[in-house]
Amino acid sequence: MIKFFLMVNKQGQTRLSKYYEHVDINKRTLLETEVIKSCLSRSNEQCSFIEYKDFKLIYRQYAALFIVVGVNDTENEMAIYEFIHNFVEVLDEYFSRVEHHLPPFFFVLNVQRKFSSNELRKCRNDP
Amino acid sequence: MPAPIRLRELIRTIRTARTQAEEREMIQKECAAIRSSFREEDNTYRCRNVAKLLYMHMLGYPAHFGQLECLKLIASQKFTDKRIGYLGAMLLLDERQDVHLLMTNCIKNDLNHSTQFVQGLALCTLGCMGSSEMCRDLAGEVEKLLKTSNSYLRKKAALCAVHVIRKVPELMEMFLPATKNLLNEKNHGVLHTSVVLLTEMCERSPDMLAHFRKNEKLVPQLVRILKNLIMSGYSPEHDVSGISDPFLQVRILRLLRILGRNDDDSSEAMNDILAQVATNTETSKNVGNAILYETVLTIMDIKSESGLRVLAINILGRFLLNNDKNIRYVALTSLLKTVQTDHNAVQRHRSTIVDCLKDLDVSIKRRAMELSFALVNGNNIRGMMKELLYFLDSCEPEFKADCASGIFLAAEKYAPSKRWHIDTIMRVLTTAGSYVRDDAVPNLIQLITNSVEMHAYTVQRLYKAILGDYSQQPLVQVAAWCIGEYGDLLVSGQCEEEEPIQVTEDEVLDILESVLISNMSTSVTRGYALTAIMKLSTRFTCTVNRIKKVVSIYGSSIDVELQQRAVEYNALFKKYDHMRSALLERMPVMEKVTTNGPTEIVQTNGETEPAPLETKPPPSGPQPTSQANDLLDLLGGNDITPVIPTAPTSKPASAGGELLDLLGDINLTGAPATAPTPAPVPQISQPPFLLDGLSSQPLFNDIAAGIPSITAYSKNGLKIEFTFERSNTNPSVTVITIQASNSTELDMTDFVFQAAVPKTFQLQLLSPSSSIVPAFNTGTITQVIKVLNPQKQQLRMRIKLTYNHKGSAMQDLAEVNNFPPQSWQ
Repeated sequence: MIKFFLMVNKQGQTRLSKYYEHVDINKRTLLETEVIKSCLSRSNEQCSFIEYKDFKLIYRQYAALFIVVGVNDTENEMAIYEFIHNFVEVLDEYFSRVEHHLPPFFFVLNVQRKFSSNELRKCRNDP
Repeated sequence: MPAPIRLRELIRTIRTARTQAEEREMIQKECAAIRSSFREEDNTYRCRNVAKLLYMHMLGYPAHFGQLECLKLIASQKFTDKRIGYLGAMLLLDERQDVHLLMTNCIKNDLNHSTQFVQGLALCTLGCMGSSEMCRDLAGEVEKLLKTSNSYLRKKAALCAVHVIRKVPELMEMFLPATKNLLNEKNHGVLHTSVVLLTEMCERSPDMLAHFRKNEKLVPQLVRILKNLIMSGYSPEHDVSGISDPFLQVRILRLLRILGRNDDDSSEAMNDILAQVATNTETSKNVGNAILYETVLTIMDIKSESGLRVLAINILGRFLLNNDKNIRYVALTSLLKTVQTDHNAVQRHRSTIVDCLKDLDVSIKRRAMELSFALVNGNNIRGMMKELLYFLDSCEPEFKADCASGIFLAAEKYAPSKRWHIDTIMRVLTTAGSYVRDDAVPNLIQLITNSVEMHAYTVQRLYKAILGDYSQQPLVQVAAWCIGEYGDLLVSGQCEEEEPIQVTEDEVLDILESVLISNMSTSVTRGYALTAIMKLSTRFTCTVNRIKKVVSIYGSSIDVELQQRAVEYNALFKKYDHMRSALLERMPVMEKVTTNGPTEIVQTNGETEPAPLETKPPPSGPQPTSQANDLLDLLGGNDITPVIPTAPTSKPASAGGELLDLLGDINLTGAPATAPTPAPVPQISQPPFLLDGLSSQPLFNDIAAGIPSITAYSKNGLKIEFTFERSNTNPSVTVITIQASNSTELDMTDFVFQAAVPKTFQLQLLSPSSSIVPAFNTGTITQVIKVLNPQKQQLRMRIKLTYNHKGSAMQDLAEVNNFPPQSWQ
């Protein structure tokens, strides 16, 4: 089950965050900084799955933007990895050039209404 | 008041902030503007303001004052308002706020709205943050929408139902009828969410699971869908890198896994399709590999046939060779899960796994290490250990402790020779010395004691190791203990395995003293060193005065532990010199202790024994005397050479013997540091020895026991006698030694003695001395039985004897009831 979905830039600023389980607001910023720190410290040689506390983090880098998904143990990591890419492709199609991070939140705000923990998968199939 | 700025502007403005403080300032300014705007009850711009508020909330700033505004937006008729309102509700509200209940009515109305998009919004929100009360109220509406023909609504309703079921599991029954037709849809969105719904129901309730297996014939339906997905040609709508809707495929595979688990029929029905997916999926891209991974997980989890399992493991093996580290990671994780069940198949990939130890990625290294330990066996131990030791050398510190412990375990189980074992231990201690876990030290000491013939070699190697560097505490502790025990072997240069080195007594004392003085030594290590020096006083001949001096110096040490020891040792030198040699003599071989037996046996850590009798230090005269007298009685006039027990008792406990292992913890000289109960001198370094002597070696117990022996069985020339000993440490344990003798003219061969006791007792049978009872009473077979009798009930035993005599096989059963009361009371 997906626990949270983050889009963070290299400076550590959160561009998008969606939590599927309640996390206190002050804990959120802490979580985000820690997560992005562990992602940033990885080199290209290392794999995209990190174990962090009791989550598994699956991250993918697109230019200066990191997309990180936190899942619990039951998920197929590679399917999530693929899903991240799918999501980016959807954003690309709808709003063109996701890497261009001028106002991604604005775009994503509209897309967010499609979010619910598994509905994400079907973004593409939405008419 | 000017129109509030648009969200886009706000984002641009915040972006320009260069510091955190600047950003906070901007946000606060905007928050104030928004708040005043809310107070004015401005309908036109409410939507914009809430949107900005949501953005600020996402950045981490508090936004609770917007909650009511969201509700107002939801109640509005405009779609744009509703949209932001519901989004705000999903982000800002949850069950904890009381406000959320106000939404219930709105949602109810919107669920029945004419526009499907509004209905969709309501379903989304309910499915995101609905509390159990809301779910209960609205479940009926959701269920209705689940049956509609509109696929847009149907898929959202299915997801909402998942949330409802999670919140209120009792409502699961309600959704059951609606699920009947869900899988007949063509729309992938609906299919996907339906599979999620079914998965949730099956996971939550075993009844549902059984229902779906039998009545709904779910498995064939899923198999059909999956087959269509694989076989169908290119479908632009669902294609991802050449594979048709991989997300749906993965979901279906997961549901199949749940359905097939522990169920033969279902597993059989899906065997074909799994094989098909496994062989037909393109593996050049990540997508294909993701599906293969899910397939492998499913195959391993259901009751698949062995051919399929081998296929799965081969797929994992192929993954391991892939360049993509993600795939390697995933493969290692799955192999770790399957290594228990399909050990042989995984062994085939051992060399690849061992290569992964050299990978750069931390997660992969960890997995590879765990897997390597799981794969070590008697055949590959030498090669594997080489790799693992190399890994220990070069790995990150966070691994070293685990790796060291793993190596010790593996070496213990599969060591091909004692010498190799000791060498490996030495290597670990010198390489990862400071990372070795504390409990490894006693275990190692016990190991060393047990390999009697290697004592000289061991102590020599340890001595050489700490000569150069004594900063690694576990190494120094083990070395100090060994030098204390076997110092005489070291000095006399008796080593056979290696070139013996010339060491004088003074040199040995030098090194021990420097350990004592060094700043790097911890308190525990110093304790070991001091005790070692003390022990050497009986083993060394010319340096006793030096030892006395050292011991008396530490009598005024600041460290309380050291001081106590030194004072007590001093007392040994002065008042109890006649006992010193007996007390400090060589440790006997210790029985193997397993820590996980469910045992009521009292911890035989010597320190705890005298505790009730003792008061706080300093030890006064009379107390040690009473202890000492007991000890002397037991030691009697026994020889001071290291006791090498008779064969039956020295073997590590046979299966089921953990229960009766009498040695609790082998916390030897290290113990006093951790267990603060003070103990008089005689006990500190010797407890296991004394107690061990009491329990496992009949040699000592005769003196203390005095229980009459009985003839348990006498028939057809075979006589079996029982002699008893009671353990002083644990009154519930009785040790029975049987002696079988044969008065006929022919030998009895293949003699096997078996015993059974009533349920309240526990029995341990050690190995017999032989299996032939020679004729004419010329010899006997001895065997030791240990009986645990916690409830002090009357001892009864049924025995079964089988043997060959005069060419025919004999067998007899008998009951033994004549146990003397002293043996069990």
